[in-house]
Amino acid sequence: MTTLKVDVHHVTRVEGHGNIVVDVQNGVLKQCDLQIVETPRFFEAMLRGRPYLDASHLTSRICGICAVGHATASLRATEQALGVTPSPQTTLLRKLNFHGEILDSHILHIYMLVAPDYLGVGSVIPLAQSAPDVVLRALRMKQLAGDLCAAICGRHTHPISMTVGGFTHFPSLETLRELRARLVASRADCDATIELLAGLDFPRFERDTEYVALHKGEEYCFIDGVIDSSDGGRWDLEDYRLITNETIVPHSSAKHTRHQRDSYMVGALARFNINHDKLHPRARAAAEALGLAPKVINPYLIAAAQAVEVVHCTEDAILLIDQLLEMGIRHEEPAAPTRLTGEGVGAAEVPRGTLFHHYQIEDGAIVGANCVIPTGQNLANIELDMRALVPTILDRSQEDITLALEMLVRAYDPCISCSTHMLNVRFV
Amino acid sequence: MKPKVAFFEFTSCEGCQLTVLDTLQRHPELLEVIEIVQFREAMSERGEDYQIAFIEGSCTRPSDEAKIREIREQAQIVVALGACAHLGGINAIRNRMPLEQTREYVYGDKKDWFETYPARPLSAVIEVDAVIPGCPIDRKEFATAVTHLLQGRKPAIPDYPLCIDCKLTENVCMFLRGQTCLGPVTRAGCEAICPAQGQGCEGCRGLIPSPNMHSIKQALREHGMTEDQIAAKLSLFLTYQTMQLEGVTPA
Ligand code: SF4
Ligand code: SF4
Ligand code: SF4
Repeated sequence: MTTLKVDVHHVTRVEGHGNIVVDVQNGVLKQCDLQIVETPRFFEAMLRGRPYLDASHLTSRICGICAVGHATASLRATEQALGVTPSPQTTLLRKLNFHGEILDSHILHIYMLVAPDYLGVGSVIPLAQSAPDVVLRALRMKQLAGDLCAAICGRHTHPISMTVGGFTHFPSLETLRELRARLVASRADCDATIELLAGLDFPRFERDTEYVALHKGEEYCFIDGVIDSSDGGRWDLEDYRLITNETIVPHSSAKHTRHQRDSYMVGALARFNINHDKLHPRARAAAEALGLAPKVINPYLIAAAQAVEVVHCTEDAILLIDQLLEMGIRHEEPAAPTRLTGEGVGAAEVPRGTLFHHYQIEDGAIVGANCVIPTGQNLANIELDMRALVPTILDRSQEDITLALEMLVRAYDPCISCSTHMLNVRFV
Repeated sequence: MKPKVAFFEFTSCEGCQLTVLDTLQRHPELLEVIEIVQFREAMSERGEDYQIAFIEGSCTRPSDEAKIREIREQAQIVVALGACAHLGGINAIRNRMPLEQTREYVYGDKKDWFETYPARPLSAVIEVDAVIPGCPIDRKEFATAVTHLLQGRKPAIPDYPLCIDCKLTENVCMFLRGQTCLGPVTRAGCEAICPAQGQGCEGCRGLIPSPNMHSIKQALREHGMTEDQIAAKLSLFLTYQTMQLEGVTPA
């Protein structure tokens, strides 16, 4: 087929609204856009003038999936600005909470959003009849992840008790012990997840790109660190603008970014490519079982990298709980600010990739804010993937091409309401 | 025949829909009494012959209105899901700021590329039959609401203040802990989950009928809050409602 028009209006099974628009005329690719048609959200503007303690509560509402991630990056930005050093207990609790969110989001993506394509169904619902064990496993794993978040911060979607400098509520040792037992029991579900992924027939599409993730010593890091690139180079968080270089494009209410090439990738696969050697041994074994070795350049394998992270986060959560149990949980007042005016950048690796929050605070009120969101950073990369993919599959039916493109976009787990809200394929 | 149910979202974080998914997972029996024909975030199938529509998110641009009206015409029952749909939610924070400035701050000289106007709750666009309040919604309340809708009843939400929930939960009042809380003017029904976690209520379930705004402001002042801090607190979720009470139209 030399002439092709694809127009997927509102891609399904992704968070938010986006369109895929492809136009091929006489074998020439004229247009290939991922349009973000979500309404602008204006969070940066809404933060201005508000007390610094509001920032994490407000910005957690950027995204219902990554609420803990936004709150964490937000708190770190505020703490950097106001000279707050959280206690070791706070740091451990935040890490543990974060694992809960990564697990929840990755399980949702792998089982409910991605797997139906590979199993030939439109949603996870028919699987409840045809593969009840798979669905029940996903639900069990999600429930554990949600309960983990709720135990630490009060609620999964939109944390309550996380605040600048610490927490306002603490889990009991009993709760932590119960969670630990459930995490240990979920190792079997982790193994089964890896087995499921090993059986999926991922498309063999490859495109090398720049991979960007946070890096911190010997840790497979999710909070703080420095910015690391597979193309070489490390940057302090404060220099995030040197990496993100945001630009505005007309077909997307989410901004685009580029660094050392025309685009770069953030997210589970980028983290895997950069921090692979710091994974828990069980997660490294899982990667091996899936045939993943850095550098992996097939974007469809993002789901496989997420499965590896599911193993890692489960194991690391057990280790974190062990540390907390050993230390004992103390009721601590949140660490206090040492000043009320300052500027700070906070960063975290949320499920979809690196997230930056940057605040300027004056006399306790936020006067300037900038948030750079992972999906925004991936958009240009997704488009370049689509442009590389389309010419190689033009011999297929329009239906197959559309599905291949949707699956590609879905592989990135784009969070369109966070990038402002995005996804829909339109063959014009 | 099971009633056909559809989910829609406008300007939102999709946190309420995720809470719905979570509720359905924890209460699979609900899936036996309703048939979901549309849920873009969770499924690719799309049916247009629904009787009950749950709508998440606020209306923030003129082009959303037609779709919202279309849903109203199709559905017998429209339910506003969560604070964004119920109150305009956090999206309405910017209603007090000049729209041009807001657009310019985020998009600079490209500010006219993207359509927007002040954020509004669903009820400002169409008639809404029921609301499930909260940011996010409460799981139990959603499950109960579905049951009520199936019985042909309008889901009832409390119209008494959160302090009652809070007393029943046996929390120590935030004001006694030297902090502040919007509980006295906020609609109950969440079991005062925020005070229970050591945080004052932010008012995400909306104001009770006839709230005493004067005395809550006085109480906040007496507990050391500045006028700016009070204004910020009352505008996290309550901008649209407080502007209505004051008779102010969006800038
Ligand atoms: S009410 Fe809250 S949780 Fe629900 S969509 Fe709006 S911001 Fe998200
Ligand atoms: S903590 Fe809030 S809700 Fe509870 S009694 Fe005090 S004012 Fe009322
Ligand atoms: S305590 Fe207040 S802010 Fe918290 S959930 Fe309840 S109504 Fe919403």
